[in-house]
Amino acid sequence: MTGTSYRSPESIEEAVDLLAASSGTVDILAGGTDLIIQMQGSIGDQRLIINVKHISEMMQATLTDDALLLGPAMCCAELTSRADIKQWFPGLIESAYLIGSSQVQGRASVGGNLCNASPAADTIPALIALGAVCHIVGPSGERSVNAEDFVTGVSSNCMADNELLRCIQIARPEPNTADAYLRFIPRSEMDIAVAGAAVSVTVNDGVCTSARVAIGAVATTALLVPAAAAALVGSDLGEDALDAAAAASTLAAKPITDRRGTVEFRKHIVGVLTKRAAGIAAARARGN
Amino acid sequence: MKTHVTTDINDEAVEFLCEPQHTLLHVLRNELGLTGTKEGCGSGDCGACSVTVNGRLVCACLVLAVEADGAKIGTIEGVANRDSLHIIQEKYLEHAALQCGICTPGLIVSTQALLEENPNPTEQEARYFLAGNLCRCTGYDKIIRAVMDAAQCLRQGA
Amino acid sequence: MSEAKQYKYIGQRTIRPDGFDKVTGRANYGADLSLPGMLWGKVLRSPYAHALITKLDTSRAEAHPDVLAVAGFEDFPSVNAEAFAAGNGDSGMLDLARNILADKKVLYHGHAIVAVAARTEEAAAQALQLIDVEYEVLPPVMSIEQAIKEDAAVLHEDMFTQGLADTPSAPSNIASRMELKKGDVAAGFAQADIIVEREFSTPTVHQGYIEPHATTVRFDDNGPSMVWCPTQGHFDVRASTARLLNMELGQIKVVASEIGGGFGGKTTVYLEPVALVLSRKAGRPVKMVMSRDEVFRASGPASASKSRIKIGAKSDGTLTAVEASLYYEAGAFKGSPMAPGCMTVFTPYDVENMWVEGFDVVVNKAKAAAYRAPGAPQAEFAAEMVMNELAEKLAMDPIDLRLLNAAKAGTQTLYGPKLKEVGLVQCLQAAKTSEQYQTVLASGEGRGVAAGFWFNIGGQSSVIINMNSDGTGTILEGSPDIGGSRASMQMMAAEELGIPLDRLNPIVTDTEHVAYNATTGGSRTTFATGMAVVEACQDVVAQLKSRAASMWNVTSEQVDWQDGSAINLAGEDVMTLAEICAAAEKTGGQISGRGNINARGAGPSFAVHLCDVWVDRDTGKTDVVRYTAIQDAGKAIHPGYVEGQFQGGAAQGIGWALNEEYIYDDNGIMENAGFLDYRVPLASDLPSIDTIIVEVPNAFHPFGVRGVGETGIIPPLAAVGTAVSDAIGLPIETLPCSPPRVLKLLQEAAK
Repeated sequence: MTGTSYRSPESIEEAVDLLAASSGTVDILAGGTDLIIQMQGSIGDQRLIINVKHISEMMQATLTDDALLLGPAMCCAELTSRADIKQWFPGLIESAYLIGSSQVQGRASVGGNLCNASPAADTIPALIALGAVCHIVGPSGERSVNAEDFVTGVSSNCMADNELLRCIQIARPEPNTADAYLRFIPRSEMDIAVAGAAVSVTVNDGVCTSARVAIGAVATTALLVPAAAAALVGSDLGEDALDAAAAASTLAAKPITDRRGTVEFRKHIVGVLTKRAAGIAAARARGN
Repeated sequence: MKTHVTTDINDEAVEFLCEPQHTLLHVLRNELGLTGTKEGCGSGDCGACSVTVNGRLVCACLVLAVEADGAKIGTIEGVANRDSLHIIQEKYLEHAALQCGICTPGLIVSTQALLEENPNPTEQEARYFLAGNLCRCTGYDKIIRAVMDAAQCLRQGA
Repeated sequence: MSEAKQYKYIGQRTIRPDGFDKVTGRANYGADLSLPGMLWGKVLRSPYAHALITKLDTSRAEAHPDVLAVAGFEDFPSVNAEAFAAGNGDSGMLDLARNILADKKVLYHGHAIVAVAARTEEAAAQALQLIDVEYEVLPPVMSIEQAIKEDAAVLHEDMFTQGLADTPSAPSNIASRMELKKGDVAAGFAQADIIVEREFSTPTVHQGYIEPHATTVRFDDNGPSMVWCPTQGHFDVRASTARLLNMELGQIKVVASEIGGGFGGKTTVYLEPVALVLSRKAGRPVKMVMSRDEVFRASGPASASKSRIKIGAKSDGTLTAVEASLYYEAGAFKGSPMAPGCMTVFTPYDVENMWVEGFDVVVNKAKAAAYRAPGAPQAEFAAEMVMNELAEKLAMDPIDLRLLNAAKAGTQTLYGPKLKEVGLVQCLQAAKTSEQYQTVLASGEGRGVAAGFWFNIGGQSSVIINMNSDGTGTILEGSPDIGGSRASMQMMAAEELGIPLDRLNPIVTDTEHVAYNATTGGSRTTFATGMAVVEACQDVVAQLKSRAASMWNVTSEQVDWQDGSAINLAGEDVMTLAEICAAAEKTGGQISGRGNINARGAGPSFAVHLCDVWVDRDTGKTDVVRYTAIQDAGKAIHPGYVEGQFQGGAAQGIGWALNEEYIYDDNGIMENAGFLDYRVPLASDLPSIDTIIVEVPNAFHPFGVRGVGETGIIPPLAAVGTAVSDAIGLPIETLPCSPPRVLKLLQEAAK
């Protein structure tokens, strides 16, 4: 009765060909934890589901000498179990670990989290703070987009209908560099972020020489906050600098009031989280 | 259009036909009669439908049935060995870790996944790993005691 | 009954007889039954909180090739507004009918309008989209404040406030008012050295059972129609369904499936009568299962409340007067638990002067249902918060303040009886010496203490015990087992008969195999059905003695019963239960015992809870760090499941206090109808919940049992609320103490 069909290509090329050949709704199934819920509300629609989990390159994470090449469909449970990746990017692992339950982490992927483009996605601020680059493939070849430019609005991203996210590349951190991600939820687990903050800092001889701060769930997309980073760079990452970064995040936040939090609450919380995440990242970068 | 799926459920070869949009939970319960896997929410928020797919713990409501093709599925029906209970099941009973029992199949499948991944969890680790399995009856206290006791027995090779 | 009595099974932590099925997935719950030829039923629900239905046309749905039946309010022929208006109707039954299929007006978002049955779930869902409905939208009335305003939109034109001195001339959203008084509160307050008065509010919350409502039915012209459903009371499902469909009780058989939680929320009907109408029309079995969204929107949550509490005391802490005004939201139809709220609010205390008024208020929310000690948590939360504030102002230990005023045997309650032996003082003493109360709080932590009272009920229970020729027996009972009650029935019967547990198989039967049983609720099952089990055992023993007597050629009076054997007092003979059963064929046929009772003498159960929290002052988030629940069980038949009741009640109360609430938008539409944003406590949210079982026997029960199921949800609200208040140094008046609300209090205080 319904027009749903399903394919599970085994190569990127095959997936790109399927995308190019199809008309109508096409959904990429990576983790499925958002897609399958969205499908429940749309009985009878024509759609093609392309499961990318049989494409081995999309399910792997490789650490090269200078970068992490993250297959976008690799599930968070597998990612968070990778001690080698955690050593490089503890904040990214924290963000992946916070997505849903153990069960959801057994399905959900960083690439799916990114493409689904929820304002409250946990891994997106972490990716932005790390300066991640998204490699996109389509009928006319490949292109790359910075993580902060990938999401264009609530539930929308920069990819055309016939494009596919192939790989997320994150450069190996400079020496004395570390990241951290924190989010605020009312319970201890399972909730969607009311606000989130990811911070990456480099600390040399007690001075912050480089920083990136990204915040989530406080605007239509996760935001890179250069003013917060500027407050940290050149400082000793002491109380004053962290407070200044927090204030910059609060100022940059453009949240809405909904069932998960009010504008005032979110603006306040994102500052608290920025300060705390920066403190954790700083301690990590100092090797504490 | 219905799709033919060949899979393995609890170490038995199983074939079924399903619509591509149907979830694994729907097929387990309504087509295959495996009603031990429960539906509490249909959105991955309660864990009552916890199963394993290729050894990984998931919510069956967030898996498409077609994805079972070529995979190994584990459900509550496969936890006990014929009529002898798994030590985790015995410990749930011994500690009175269930009241109404609707969340119990999912919790037992999740506990098994926890202890396979981490045979010696702290109480805090157990509580966080099982956070996706809602129980409204017990306040979790006795569940956590059962889990910790089962973990110790399994470590001692009981 | 003697306290010194040593029991063989009672008080042991036995393995529950239904446990194997529940840990292996074999146990069948509400949605687990499918029948050949079964159709799927689905319900069209209101998209508005308050509207008149100006047009309803189901013809396009009926024309769908896979649709076999459509049901609406007119399919309940025995209830209608006209008959009610003419004085010939049961308004409760009319409201029930109008709640499960709307009659010309929808009163909450998600209110059922019509139902369809189709060959597949998908077809049923598609058919709903083919139903044409037009509405005249009315302003939603979403709070007590809005509802009681003079110019409020009225939900029911035929509702005139009951219980007023003067008969009202205009309809109102206040369904009724009640008042209870004792002594002279004005005089009492005049004697007080200190008076504390404060207003409180609590939100709409849900029982949050993990199993959605579900039913599978088969209408049968030639025999009893079958209804399979998870319910706390299948006899009452039968009564309601028979009444709505104009059938006789004997024409319906209700089978209680295993039940995946209820907490009071599965004591009424939503789907069962509708499914039976569809099955009758289609001539096929019909299955209906609510989605989680439907459960939140359209089953019965617990009432939101507003309250004002005033307590006066002497400087030594002696209470001189107490006063309360309590408002409860009933939801769309009258019948909040306002009365039990009024009756319980001050019962932990022996006070000469008491005055309480209560109001039952309708609003455009789902009709409230019972939730664990219905009405008491809201009221006692407010009273206990004021008691703790009073203790602080008097610089008294809050447990000492309660001990000084505690209700005990002989205390005249506000609602009627004088208390018999009760265990509040013992609970308070146990709290005071508990490990937690001795623990010194860390920086940033706060502590709260609160007491709770619930009546508990008895009522009708019917049990049959059939003995087999090998000495095994089957206990047929009719109380759905919601938390391990089969274990306690098995234990009580084994104790009474003197045979091993595994010789007895307790079964919750359908409505055909035992006589009427009241719904599992009011913490009645182990008490009342337990009494019926004991009575049935005594009947069995009497017959066993008589059979032994006939074989020994003595009179029954010459036979004693000890440890599962008959003893010939006139000789040396001993005969085991199994031997007598084996000989039953030759001594008059098989042996069955019966215990059909209307149990009186339910013993109230008091509880005291201790809660320690830590509050993150930057975010307003509260962590519960230590918790102890202390409660009088009378006698704990199975201590493990008794503790489980304390812990489960505590966890639900903690959720109520911290994060659970229905959130509505401006149009009265619930915004968090799922477990993602309706935040029940998780394993990682809670610490260990320590328990202390106090046992002050209830003289009216053969083993001293008091119901334990409900009281445990009452103290947590004020225990948590006070702990948060203590941690932040500010008063708490509104639940839940969610992070935004606590942070706001901190920020406003800092200004």
